[in-house]
Amino acid sequence: MPSPRYWREVPSRLRLEAARCSGCGKVNYPARPICPKCRSKESEKLTLSKTAKIITSTVIHIAPDDFLFEAPYAIAIVETPEGARFMSQVVDCDPSSVGPGMDVSLEFRLIRKEARSGILCYGFKAVPTNSWEAQK
Amino acid sequence: MRDVAIIGVGMTNCGELWEQSLRDLFVEAALGAIDDAGVDHIDSMYVGCMSSGLFVGQEHIGPLMADYLGMGPVPATRVESACASGSVALRTGMLEVASGANDIVLVGGVEKMTDVGGDEATYALATAADQELEVYHGITFPGLYAMIARAHMETYGTTLEDLSWVSVKNHRHGALNPKAQFPHEFTLEQVMNSTPVADPLRLLHCSPVSDGAAAVLLCPLDQAKKYTDQPIKILGTGQATSPMALADRKDPAFLDSVQLSAERAYSMADVGPGDIDVAEVHDCFAISEICCIEALGLVERSQAAGAAASGLTAIGGRIPVNTSGGLKAKGHPVGATGIAQIIEIFEQLRGESDARQVQGARLGLAQNMGGSGASSVVHILERIE
Repeated sequence: MPSPRYWREVPSRLRLEAARCSGCGKVNYPARPICPKCRSKESEKLTLSKTAKIITSTVIHIAPDDFLFEAPYAIAIVETPEGARFMSQVVDCDPSSVGPGMDVSLEFRLIRKEARSGILCYGFKAVPTNSWEAQK
Repeated sequence: MRDVAIIGVGMTNCGELWEQSLRDLFVEAALGAIDDAGVDHIDSMYVGCMSSGLFVGQEHIGPLMADYLGMGPVPATRVESACASGSVALRTGMLEVASGANDIVLVGGVEKMTDVGGDEATYALATAADQELEVYHGITFPGLYAMIARAHMETYGTTLEDLSWVSVKNHRHGALNPKAQFPHEFTLEQVMNSTPVADPLRLLHCSPVSDGAAAVLLCPLDQAKKYTDQPIKILGTGQATSPMALADRKDPAFLDSVQLSAERAYSMADVGPGDIDVAEVHDCFAISEICCIEALGLVERSQAAGAAASGLTAIGGRIPVNTSGGLKAKGHPVGATGIAQIIEIFEQLRGESDARQVQGARLGLAQNMGGSGASSVVHILERIE
C-alpha cells in the first residue's frame, strides 16, 4: 500500500473520527461528503467510543496472504453506542467463543504487515470485555 | 422499447481448463452462440468480466475479443460488476436492442481464474468487497457470507443442516449436468464435515474457482423467427444496488438489492414470484441461495431455510432452483456466471434440459449478484408459443 493511501485514512482508522449527519442524525463512519440516508451535505465531527457490541461474526480458517499465520482468527461487525457499524478483528480470546451480542472494547493494534518492503498498518481491534484473557 | 429475444446460446464447460486461455474460452462460447443462431454478422458486443486484469494481467478485453472473434470493427464493450458482470452485460445489450440502436447484439461473459494460485484468486475476488473498510482487516469473501449466515442463524434460527442441504440438492442437480465442474453427489455428512473455511461455512458450502465462458445472441423479438423456431423472450430486467460494506446494511441477514432488482423485473414483466416455473439464483455460498429465494419471494421467508431439505426447490418440487447445479456444482467463472444462468433457463424453457428438465416450464428467472450483494440483477425469460 503506498503511504498516501494509508495516510488518507488516518483520521477514521487511527482516531475513530466519524460524522453525525445534521439532516437525519445518522452517524457515518468514516465521514462522507453526503449522507447516504438523507443526502444532507452538512455534518458535525464526532469521535466514536472505544466500546462496541458484536452484530455478527465469523472465524477465518482460510486466510488472505497477509494474515496467513494468524488463522484461525475471529472477525466481526461491531456497533458502537453512537450507532456506527464497522468491521474489526476480535482478539485476545478463543475465536470460537466470539458471537453476536458480545460486548467488546476497541484497542489500538497492528493490523497487518505488508510483505518485506511494505508499511506497518495500524487500526483498532476488538477485545471481549469479559473474557478470561481480558481479565488477566 | 422493442421486445428483445434470445436466439442462440453457446457455452464452454466450467472447470480447471488449463488448455484454454481467456480469449480461447470467450471465442468458443461466442462462436457457439453465433453458430446456434445462424447469424452472418453482429452489430455490437458486450463482454462481462470481473477481473481479467488481476487473473491474467489483461485489460481492454472488449476489442481483444472482437478481434479474436473475427468481428473486427464492431463496437465492443467490457462490463464489470464483480460476479454480476455477466448479467449486467446482458442487461446493457438488451437495452441496446430494445432502444432500436442495433439489431444483432452478442453478449458474453468470461473468467479465467486458474492461471493464478489460490492466494491470488482470493485477493482478486476480495476486490469486490470494500478495500478500505473490510479487506484491510483480513476479511475474505467466504468470511463475508459466513457473517451473513451467522446473522441469519441468529435472527431466523437457520441451522448448519439447512445450509448443507442446499449443497446436497445442488450437487444432485449438477450430477445431471454434463457441463458441470463437479458433477458429483455429496451426502449431508460429507458437506457438514468438510474443511472449515469461515465459520459456519465449510468447503462444500462454497462455490469453486472456475474457468469458463458463456454467450447469448440477442435480436428484436419481431425478427427472431428468421433465426430460430424457438426464440426466448426477455420479459423483464431489473437491477439494484445496496451499500458495499456489509456493516452499512440495515439487516446483514437480508439482501435488499436482490429484493429491489426482483421487484423491478417482476414489474416490467407484469408477473409475480408465484408465476415462475424455474429459477437460477446466485448460490456462491449455501447461505446465499437461502437469502436469495426469500428476497425473490420464491418461497415464504419461514420456509426458505428448509426449502432444500424439504424438496421444495429440487427438480420435481414446487419451484426448482439451480437445476444446473448452481454455482456450487456447475462452477463459478465469475464474469460468465450471469450468462451461464441465462443459458440454463433458456434451455429449460425450450425443453432441452434432458434429465434436469422441469416439465412444462414457461417462465424462468435468473438472479445474479456482485460482492456480498452490493449489486444484483434479475432477468425473467418467457417461452414464446
